Amino acid sequence: MNITAYVVLSAILFTIGCVGVLTRRNAIVVFMCVELMLNASNLALVAFAKQHGNLDGQVAAFFVMVVAAAEVVVGLAIIMTIFRTRRSASVDDASLLKY
Amino acid sequence: MVGFWILAPIMVLCALGILFVRKAVHAALLLAVVMICLAFLYAGLDAPFLFAVQIIVYTGAILMLFLFVLMLVGVDASDSLVETIRGQRVVATIGGVGLGMVLVIGLGQISLGTAVGLDDANSGGNMQAIANILFSRYVFGFEVTSALLITAAVGAMVLAHRERLTPKDTQRSLAAQRVQDFSEKGTHLGPLPPPGVYARHNAVDTPALLPDGTAAESSVSRVLAARGTVRSAPATADAVAEIETQLGWAPHAGRDAAPPATTTEEAPATGGQETGGHA
Amino acid sequence: MFAFHEGGAVPVVDPTSADGVFSLLWLVIALPLAGAAILLIGGRLTDKWGHLLATLLPIGSFGIALAMFVGVLGRDDSDRQVSQHLYTWFETGHLNVGMDLLYDPLSALFLLLITGVGSLIHVYSIGYMAHDPRRRRFFAYLNLFLAAMLMLVLSENYLGLFLGWEGVGLASYLLIGFWQHKPSAAAAAKKAFVINRVGDMGLSLAIMLFFITFGSTSFTVISAGAGDASDTTVTILGLLLLLGACGKSAQFPLQAWLLDAMEGPTPVSALIHAATMVTAGVYLIVRSNFIFELAPHAQTVVVVVAVISILWGAWIGCAKDDIKKALAGSTMSQIGYMMLGAGLGVAGYAFAIFHLLTHGFFKANMFLGAGSVMHGMDDDVDMRHYGAVRKAMPVTYLTFAMGYLAIIGFPGFSGFWSKDKIIETALADNWIVGLCALLGAGVTGFYMTRLMLLTFFTEKRWEKDVHPHESPSVMTVPLIVLAALSVLGGVMLAGDWIVDFLSPVTGVAPHEDPPIPALAVTVIAVAVVAVGVALAWFLVGKRDVPREAPQDVSWVTKAGRNEVYGNLINDTLVVNPGRHLTTALMATDKYAVDGTLTGGPVAIGAVASVARRLQNGYVRSYAFSVLAGGLIVLLALLVVNAA
Repeated sequence: MNITAYVVLSAILFTIGCVGVLTRRNAIVVFMCVELMLNASNLALVAFAKQHGNLDGQVAAFFVMVVAAAEVVVGLAIIMTIFRTRRSASVDDASLLKY
Repeated sequence: MVGFWILAPIMVLCALGILFVRKAVHAALLLAVVMICLAFLYAGLDAPFLFAVQIIVYTGAILMLFLFVLMLVGVDASDSLVETIRGQRVVATIGGVGLGMVLVIGLGQISLGTAVGLDDANSGGNMQAIANILFSRYVFGFEVTSALLITAAVGAMVLAHRERLTPKDTQRSLAAQRVQDFSEKGTHLGPLPPPGVYARHNAVDTPALLPDGTAAESSVSRVLAARGTVRSAPATADAVAEIETQLGWAPHAGRDAAPPATTTEEAPATGGQETGGHA
Repeated sequence: MFAFHEGGAVPVVDPTSADGVFSLLWLVIALPLAGAAILLIGGRLTDKWGHLLATLLPIGSFGIALAMFVGVLGRDDSDRQVSQHLYTWFETGHLNVGMDLLYDPLSALFLLLITGVGSLIHVYSIGYMAHDPRRRRFFAYLNLFLAAMLMLVLSENYLGLFLGWEGVGLASYLLIGFWQHKPSAAAAAKKAFVINRVGDMGLSLAIMLFFITFGSTSFTVISAGAGDASDTTVTILGLLLLLGACGKSAQFPLQAWLLDAMEGPTPVSALIHAATMVTAGVYLIVRSNFIFELAPHAQTVVVVVAVISILWGAWIGCAKDDIKKALAGSTMSQIGYMMLGAGLGVAGYAFAIFHLLTHGFFKANMFLGAGSVMHGMDDDVDMRHYGAVRKAMPVTYLTFAMGYLAIIGFPGFSGFWSKDKIIETALADNWIVGLCALLGAGVTGFYMTRLMLLTFFTEKRWEKDVHPHESPSVMTVPLIVLAALSVLGGVMLAGDWIVDFLSPVTGVAPHEDPPIPALAVTVIAVAVVAVGVALAWFLVGKRDVPREAPQDVSWVTKAGRNEVYGNLINDTLVVNPGRHLTTALMATDKYAVDGTLTGGPVAIGAVASVARRLQNGYVRSYAFSVLAGGLIVLLALLVVNAA
């Protein structure tokens, strides 16, 4: 079995996540795209675990999930707070910190 | 590998869908599809523990959290089509395509060969093997993760917490306020009338009637008034009668007493736009 | 006990220690200084009696000076130099400057002139400034001036002399600008101060050169060692001292400030700008005779400057209608005579000092007389508005006439003796210089007669509401005293007393037979003056004098009215180039220096103002930066791997 296809899929999903972060303006969707990128990297980790025949990759993926969970909790709380004060979830509206 | 070739196109399509759908809810659902497919891929990659965690934690918990927040923010919220940053889409597309090409070309330059496979590692059970590694080699990271999660939980609480600036209203203070409002502005002291009182229907979008026959605006929810879905009582009655006629039911005797079109309920005070009814 | 330089006739300064009455020497300076301090520090507390105290203190100084003068007369010629060491002023490296005072015949005469005329002018000022709200301050400044002037003439070293020199400059500045509410007075004070800075630069450079050459600034050391210095050094020293003298004594080319200085109150003009301070330059040259005797080139320059100043001042005096400015031109001219005397060397020093003294009497007399006239004419200074004042002010008229006769050199009066001696010496030295001096004497006769006629004779031209009246006796008594001195000042020459008296300082001139007999010179001089007086009588006395100065006059008159274009020359040669230089320097500083310094930051700022647009605040733009950065790293890795 060759894992190249898995890794390529991972790269494609990661790229799509990247473009999503760059193009979508709803902060929640941007967050989803970040999750997509994390999942893509997880896929690569799990695939490489299979490739190398040890479970370190799976453990790393597990840690990524934990970190992603924590990040989502805090990130969504921030989005909530911003929405509460500005009545908007657009990342472009929070652009006062500039030149 | 058959499963992979089935799931992979679905995942790519759904992921692309996240880029193009306008509503955040749809994006969340597409992401759920991607994640579940991913879970199956994990299963195919000899990672049954991650398969379960992916479905339970990621799809079940994290994505649901997304949906909760979407509900709070507003399900209807959708991006406008106008791009605020000039050239961002073009640049993002070029950057994305460039990244994808670089990654794929980079992968194309190496040959991974045949995978070793996890049969040996999983021989004593996948979950036991992972636990073995997690609580030996990665035990420090695991403990640090606990600190991270606690910090995240506290942070989320701090961020979501709203400082109370005024003392909480008590029943006593509310009652005093009502009496004060009555003395100053003549606000009605008693409870608001429920909808449909004295009218022929008690539907929530039909205002109550006052003794003089006019509609009591305060009897319907402000939300319904704002949406413009308040109907006048006669209009509702007419609609009901028409449906009953169509169904072949006998009209209710007591409800034909008042002439439909000349009642004072026609007063514009209802303010509502008549949806589907005819005057 | 005085020694001579080898080959020179100038004695070395070699004083003995002060004792007896001479131990009071310091008090001569301290009294007026204390007066100034009390009046300035005491403030309004001293308003009522301050002017009386300020008048008594100089009189006290005069008393001490008189006592010391009597004391010095009782000593031998060789024992007439006395010094008093007060304290060490400062000591740094090899420079040890003591606060030493030197009392010798030269200082003695100056002391009498300064304290005597100074006291009279203080008395006069009590009347003249009676109604001025700032009278106390005026007297404080006058006392300060006296202290500084006494320091100038009493110091035993050039540094102490410089202290007094600057002190009189300060007092002059304060008193010229005393009526500070008049912009013209303030400007005149500044002008005097600035032009004096040029001269002071010369003097301070000379002092530095003294220190370098002789390692000291003391007269004793320098006079003893002057013979060892090189000719060049001595000539440079002489020229620098002359520059200093020109600044203080309003000699060509630093003469422009004197006429403007007449903005000050008239007693100031009499005391500072006629009798004492402006003669400090002459004192400096006579005091530095041990330098000038060794520097004949410098002496020649002194003579040239003196001759130019004599004629220049006389020219101005002829044309001015302002009585004080006409007198100021005359002062410049008369100081020219003194400088001429000083420039003629051993033969002339004593006569320069003699003329200085007599001039101090008669010019102070005339300035105070002019002040008295102005006092009676509601402070009008234009002589064309006077006329026939003699009937209204008989005392002023008579005293002024004494001064007039003295200055034109009427036989028997003090000016006759002093000026005649200088002309005689000049003729003996160089006939061109002598002729110029003679011409100057004639012009003096002309302009003084013109002034006299316009003021006291001819028909009256004053306005109806002006009522000339005689001044109070507090003003006329000093006039009478000064008039008496103007008449009798010549007695100092009796038996060549003043020449002998000053010989311990100036040396003894070798006796030479003059090319023209002295009597002939005297007759010629009197004749020339008579021609000048007659000319004035026919040009001014016999004609009607218009109230307004006529404008269609010859270029000679125009030049005289414009002070022979001294200001124009200054502006063209110094002020305007200086202004252009300053403008250019400012432009250089602003554009070149500041431009270089600020150019870099400005360029960085310009780049930054463009580059900061990258910070647009959009998270997605920043995210793209991250993506682009990652992409570049990846590409770099690929390239490295491929290589």
